[in-house]
Amino acid sequence: MKTVQFREALREAMEEEMRQDERVFLMGEEVAEYNGAYKVSQGMLDEFGAKRVIDTPIAELGFAGIAVGAAMNGLRPIVEFMTFNFSLVAIDQVINSAAKMNSMSGGHFTCPMVFRGPTGSAGQLGAQHSQNFENWYANTPGLKVVVPSNPADAKGLLKSSIRDENPVIFMESEQMYGLKGDIPEGEYTIPIGLADVVQQGEDVTIVSFGKMMRIVEGADKALREKGINAEIIDLRTVRPIDYDTLIRSVQKTNRMVVVEEAWPLASISSELAFMVQKRAFDHLDAPVVRVTSRDVPLPYAPTLVDAYLPSVQRIVEAVDQVTYRG
Amino acid sequence: MAKIKFNKETYLRWFELMMLIRRFEEKSAQLYGQQKIRGFCHLCIGQEAVIAGTMSAITKDDNIITAYRDHGHALACGLSANSVMAELFGKETGCTKGKGGSMHMFSKEHNFFGGHGIVGGQIPLGAGIALAEQYNGTDNICVCFLGDGAVRQGALHETFNMAMLWNLPVVFVCENNEYAMGTSVERTTNVLDIYKIGAAYDMPSEQVDGMSCEAVHESMEKAVARARKGDGPTFLEIKTYRYRGHSMSDPAKYRTKEELETYKNLDPIEQVRKTLISKKWATAKALEEMEERIENEVAESVEFAENSPYPDASELYEDVYVGDYPYLTE
Repeated sequence: MKTVQFREALREAMEEEMRQDERVFLMGEEVAEYNGAYKVSQGMLDEFGAKRVIDTPIAELGFAGIAVGAAMNGLRPIVEFMTFNFSLVAIDQVINSAAKMNSMSGGHFTCPMVFRGPTGSAGQLGAQHSQNFENWYANTPGLKVVVPSNPADAKGLLKSSIRDENPVIFMESEQMYGLKGDIPEGEYTIPIGLADVVQQGEDVTIVSFGKMMRIVEGADKALREKGINAEIIDLRTVRPIDYDTLIRSVQKTNRMVVVEEAWPLASISSELAFMVQKRAFDHLDAPVVRVTSRDVPLPYAPTLVDAYLPSVQRIVEAVDQVTYRG
Repeated sequence: MAKIKFNKETYLRWFELMMLIRRFEEKSAQLYGQQKIRGFCHLCIGQEAVIAGTMSAITKDDNIITAYRDHGHALACGLSANSVMAELFGKETGCTKGKGGSMHMFSKEHNFFGGHGIVGGQIPLGAGIALAEQYNGTDNICVCFLGDGAVRQGALHETFNMAMLWNLPVVFVCENNEYAMGTSVERTTNVLDIYKIGAAYDMPSEQVDGMSCEAVHESMEKAVARARKGDGPTFLEIKTYRYRGHSMSDPAKYRTKEELETYKNLDPIEQVRKTLISKKWATAKALEEMEERIENEVAESVEFAENSPYPDASELYEDVYVGDYPYLTE
């Protein structure tokens, strides 16, 4: 094992795949000469050259579509969005082109490609730079959606995403790029679609993904002090979702709290709650409770940011609720 | 008559292809009326010279992508009338197995990258197809068709900028038929000469007579040579006209009969017919026989489509993902 930052894990994944497969290339704003807005692609221009690490103008719709066309014609692009907030001006190409191509062409053309970049809030960035669209993308057949929470998963899942024959949405976090973690020394991949039972427990299942896993870790500490032993599940991918792992856990703990950074309506938490009531109804000892961001745009002031985001305290309260300790 | 620089074979090829498209589209209109063809259905009757003049100027290794008015492009790329008609019927023998329909014809084998339904959405795709050719070091190019409506989409402007910046081997072709659905070019812009848009990106641009196969071929030939040589993109505004409405549900009341007649007098198929006969490269009778053969081919395609099965419901989950995928069924 070795200790690397989240950004280094992502870089290793891209570099290894680009060394192995000439068809893989990276494009996006500031990825080459600037070495990446968040330094994920640092040094990659030097190794691979301008042909394979391509700086784009600020034109997400255009370069996302160009990447889709390149994928249709045999290449395997990695598109970096500086943040997924900016992917909204490119979403036509993601949803109407990449996600549909295989189906509407009757299998003639596929889009093996990755759209990656940070998702969610990262401090006081205001309403337009702080959003989570994991559930938006997860709603669309044809896509896969990966949201890793630590460096080891980030590397293994990004390598799988680059090798995948389908378009993959790969969502990171500005606040996690510096996060350190152990990863295996050699080459490895992690299959898309498998949740990770991070911690075994009996009292409640807490399920989350991405950056929110850090908040869940904090809540777990507080819960242990209260004598509550939580089972913690990191979904890792939200399309497809590993329901089996989740259902097995809820059948054991009989209680579920979902923690998600997106807004509540029609979110991943809604979906999980539906599936748990459908498949584990008789096992539930309490209604499912979720902790999401508040149902408003994220304002700037620090007090409002704190009030908006899922927090350790809100998770502890949710667990109290499902365990009737409130 | 202008000086003739094309040979007999080229004229015959143009005539045959345009006649196939014309008869195929006329039959499609008829079948749409009979509700054999459903959904949206956009015909290119009147615009045949654009694709005919293009095909004679490119090779079979070059790539084509277009918008939803795509039956003619599919046929021109070499898809059989059977596979295109069966697709219009939604049958499993269609070129996209009954999954695409009128707007989404595709064929990898023929380097036909489809039929795309979001106005302007295919423009960056066309540049991306060209980028892949450049990346792989081939000398193949991409011809990316778009309508006059698509010129107003941001996708065009973003793509023009990057295509020039990266010197991509692509020819952008605006089939300017004067109307974005029911809205005339005049009502959407101050820049009536669409080719001038290219100047903003220093892209070589030209306005072309779209009722003339010769004119289309000549401009296309230059553009293709430029792209193939590594000299980057070209923008051709090809002035054409659709005799029918925007789609089958459009009675086209926004234009005058006189306007339509003016263009019909310039009909590209009749122009080619005249040349063939005046040059004594074909007799009127020989051309009529060719027409008859084409009519039979189209009739056979209808029979083929009629007799083909619809896709089985189990096909619903095919071609969505490559590889296994755990679809939600509850």
